[in-house]
This record gives sequence, structure tokens and C-alpha cells, in this order.
Amino acid sequence: MESYIYPIIIFIIMGVVFGILLTVLSKVFAVKTDPRTEQIIENLPGANCGGCGYAGCADYADAIVTKGAPMNLCNPGGTGAASAIGSIMGADVSASEKKIPVLHCSGDCNVTERAFNFDGIQTCASAKRFYGGTGACMHGCLGFGDCAAVCPKGCITIKNGIAAICTEECISCGKCAATCPNNLIELRYAKKKVDVVCSSKDFGPAAVKACKSSCIACGKCVKACRLGAIEIKDFHAVINYDKCVSCGLCVKECPRNAIVKK
Amino acid sequence: MNTIIGIIIAAVLTNNFVLSKFYGCCPFLGVSKKIDSSIGMGAAVIFVMICASLVTYPLYHFLLEPLSLGYLRTVAFILVIAVFVQLLEIVIKKIMPPLYKTLGVYLPLITTNCAVLGVTIMNIDENYTFLQSMVNAAFSGIGFALAMVIFSGVRSRVDDSDSETPEMFRGIPATLVAAAIVSMSFLGFGGLGQ
Repeated sequence: MESYIYPIIIFIIMGVVFGILLTVLSKVFAVKTDPRTEQIIENLPGANCGGCGYAGCADYADAIVTKGAPMNLCNPGGTGAASAIGSIMGADVSASEKKIPVLHCSGDCNVTERAFNFDGIQTCASAKRFYGGTGACMHGCLGFGDCAAVCPKGCITIKNGIAAICTEECISCGKCAATCPNNLIELRYAKKKVDVVCSSKDFGPAAVKACKSSCIACGKCVKACRLGAIEIKDFHAVINYDKCVSCGLCVKECPRNAIVKK
Repeated sequence: MNTIIGIIIAAVLTNNFVLSKFYGCCPFLGVSKKIDSSIGMGAAVIFVMICASLVTYPLYHFLLEPLSLGYLRTVAFILVIAVFVQLLEIVIKKIMPPLYKTLGVYLPLITTNCAVLGVTIMNIDENYTFLQSMVNAAFSGIGFALAMVIFSGVRSRVDDSDSETPEMFRGIPATLVAAAIVSMSFLGFGGLGQ
């Protein structure tokens, strides 16, 4: 009998002791969590996209409460989430402005050509690795749709050889911008209207040869801009969206149609 | 080879827990996607292995063995390790929040992991003294962490070329093949220190 009773008794005692120990310790060492954190988590979209720069919605909520992180970082939540967080924290928040992705390339099938056909795995990343891509211009949109594949909302389609971004459903997560192997996609404030649609790093003559709507870095737009918002970088024009007022003077000036107003 | 150095060499290289004994393959495959998380997981495993050996050694030698209940050690060890890790988690959360931030997420994952149970039972089977058990536990943990970090490096390369992997091998199969190759490379240490 003893060989049965001892183990049973020992395990009962162990179980009871451990149970009591854990209960007591969890009470003694209870960590006070701020109830506001929970409330903020409820008001965030819960997409855990990481667009705010934190590891997820819970981490962001914790950062707001404990470290005083800015309350308008959530792009998917937009105005609604920002004002809800503001009311929880008792502070006024200027809502985060909606940002949308823009493609800095207009090299569709009408203006540029393929240098060769690519029979490998049909993704931008693998085409890019193979002699810099299939296009005559190796800085342009590859058109295999890596961005379309990562878009959680399915806003991106490939039309006429380049990515077409529908911005209505966009939650500004920025995944497309991170995926593009040529870094052609940039998030900018939705209220800005003028974009340079070329990122060619080729010198003028080479750029002309590669694509009909390429930027040749002539600098006419730089002179046309009254605000000094445009500069030439890597042989193409770049608009500083902080200075740009979307007046469109540069659009008229551009001889290559490489700047467009939406 | 019960000398301390022998134990260390065996635990880290020749009898590496993951790559030679195939204990703890679940966290090995699950948490090795990023080097950061694999370091965190490795640290947590070292920590839990030491703690587990710390509590199971007296439990076995002062309670189970005298009552000739050695056959119940698996159950008893799991119970004690689980409780002890839970307890540590609660205490760390309160006393050392930074440590909790780095280890916290991983602690529950490995509470009852076979690698942790394996090291405690190995300590008993090999008749290690208390000091030897602790060294064995610490260096088994380090061996685990080493394997995790090496493999997460390999894996990031495998994942990078995911689009070039044949479709049927993509994801877990390619990862397992890579794990097997890393494991084979550790076979090269066989015979060391004997």
C-alpha cells in the first residue's frame, strides 16, 4: 500500500503548496497596468501592421501611456483612432493626415519597352536580381506586382505594365513601399497633388533612349518652382513634399511629361 | 567524460541539444526567423535550464530518491519546472521589467519544453553532482542558443531567396533542409574531447 500512498500524498502536497505559492505571489507581485492602455488598444484597428514604428497595436498603446508617444501615428486608424486616443488621454490631437502611396514611375508599355523576356520566377525581386530587371530602363517599375501581392487591401493592380494604385481603400500601411525592389513607391500626404513620375538614375541621353517619359534632369522644373521645392538628385527631379503647394507650375514646364498633377 | 571541460564540450558542440539530440526543435524552427528573437529565445532557454536544474536536483536527490519514487521524476519535474518558471515570470515582471521585456515572451514557450526536461533528466541519468549539473545546464543552454543564432543566420538567407526556391520546397521544407545541413555540420565535432 505504501508504494501507492506516498506518491499520491507527495503530489497532493506539492500541488497544494505550489498552487498557494503561485496565487500568493501573483497577488504580491501584481503589476498595475494602466486601464488606459486597454482602452487605447480597443480603439486601434488591431491590424498590427507596424506602420507607427512600434511592434504592434498593443506596443503602441503602451508607448502612448508610458512613454508619451505621439497619438496620431496610426495611419490605418486615421482621424477616428487619433481623436479616440486623444479623448482617452485627455489631450487634443491633430489627427494624422492620410498618406497615400505614389509610384515614381510612369514607364508603362506605351512609353518604354522590355529589354528582354524574363522566364524566371515571375516576381519583381527575382527579375531585378537578373541583370537589373526586364525593362529598357532598369530603374523603373518592373510590373510583376510584388507590391500588389503584399497589399493587404488589394488596392494595387498591374495595368499596362506598371503598378496602378487605387488610393481609396488604402490604409497607408506602407508595405508596398517597403517591398518595391526599385524603391519607386513613396507615401506622401494625400492632399499633395504633384508628383515626379520618374526615378531614372541614368544620365540624360541614356534616359531618353530608355523611356519616352523619363526625367532627363534638365532642371527646368527647379527654376520654375517658386518655393525651391524641387531638386535634382541622381539625375532625376525630386519634390520635397513639405515645401510643395501643388501649384503645378513645374508640370507645365517639364518637356518630358515626367511631372504630373493628379 | 565527467570532467567539467568534457561536459562543456559535449553540451555545446558534440552533443548539442538541438542539432545532435533533436530536443527543442519546436522553438528552434519557430523562433529562428530573426536573429534578435533567436538571441532572446536562447537567453531564455539558458535561464530556464539553469533554474530547472537548480530545483530538480534537490527534488530528486532529497525527495524522490529516498522514497524510491525515481520512476515518477518526469511528472514531478514537469510540475516543478512549470511552477518555478511561472513563479520567476511573475517575480521578474515586477522586479526587473527590462529583463521581462527581453525574456518574457519566450518564458511560457519553453516552460515545459522537452529540451528543458531533457537536461534535468540527463543530469540524473549521468549521475552528475550538483556543480556538474549546473555546468551541464548552463552550457546546454548556450549550445541551444548557439544553434539558434547560427540557424537564424542561415535561415534569413534561405528566406531571402524564397522566390527562387522551387514551390514545393518553399517555406518549412526548405527550412528543414537547411536545419539538416546545419545539423550535419555539427557532426564534424563528433569525437572531440573523447
